[in-house]
Amino acid sequence: MNVGLEHYLTVSAMLFCLGLLGVILRRNVLVIYMSLELMLNAANLALVAFSRFNENLTGQMMVFFIITVAAAEVAVGLALIVALYRKRQSAHVEDLTSLKL
Amino acid sequence: MVLPDILFYLFAFLTLLFGALVVANPFSRNPVTSAMFLVLTICAMAGLFVLLNAFFLAAVQILVYAGAVMVLFLFVIMLLDLKEEQRRKINLFGIVTGTGAVMGLGFLLTKTIWGGDLNQSANPRVIGDTKALGLELFTKGQFLLPFEIVSVLLLVAMVGVILLSKKELK
Repeated sequence: MNVGLEHYLTVSAMLFCLGLLGVILRRNVLVIYMSLELMLNAANLALVAFSRFNENLTGQMMVFFIITVAAAEVAVGLALIVALYRKRQSAHVEDLTSLKL
Repeated sequence: MVLPDILFYLFAFLTLLFGALVVANPFSRNPVTSAMFLVLTICAMAGLFVLLNAFFLAAVQILVYAGAVMVLFLFVIMLLDLKEEQRRKINLFGIVTGTGAVMGLGFLLTKTIWGGDLNQSANPRVIGDTKALGLELFTKGQFLLPFEIVSVLLLVAMVGVILLSKKELK
């Protein structure tokens, strides 16, 4: 069977699930953040695959903007994590529960 | 089976393998290992982009993600001087319900992908090289405003990061 859109979308869905699993199971803020990047990349893969198989470059433009926004997002997020670490001396999510009721 | 199909299966396998090692590495719980495997995941994914004829995005993926973003990650990991993630008490209920929810989501997505008609062209010809993307970005007019907004967003992010990482806010 020829490799088509379904195959790429399946890889994308599996990668998204892996990232989600990492966000749910891991306890280190930085690793959770890396898992988020994994989910973002899975979405990018799906968009590029749709763009290819629907003969439309708009999907790739979307990925272009997503990559730009993701770069800004990583910079801000990591600065937040550094500021948080400076206050609490910990990067463990179970130590960061002061918003919990 | 032709060469692109073999390459697809190779890169898909590598992407998923390295992605799994980012999330759960049986040999090391060090964040640096996760970051390194994330770099490998992104490189394998750039291979998939090339197979989809998105050459420009493959290059950007390597340059921006594997280059800039991951260097930032490693920089922060080194800066924080993290110890190995200690094993705390494992929340079995959380693991079981979390894995169950993710498996359910994966099942649902896969079933949707393989169940419906995706309206794909049998012989796609679109090529996402630099020239095509540049023409799409700058001549169609529909992406000019988003392009300017993104440049402002990057400036805002830069100012915000500098403000956040100052020792004391005045």
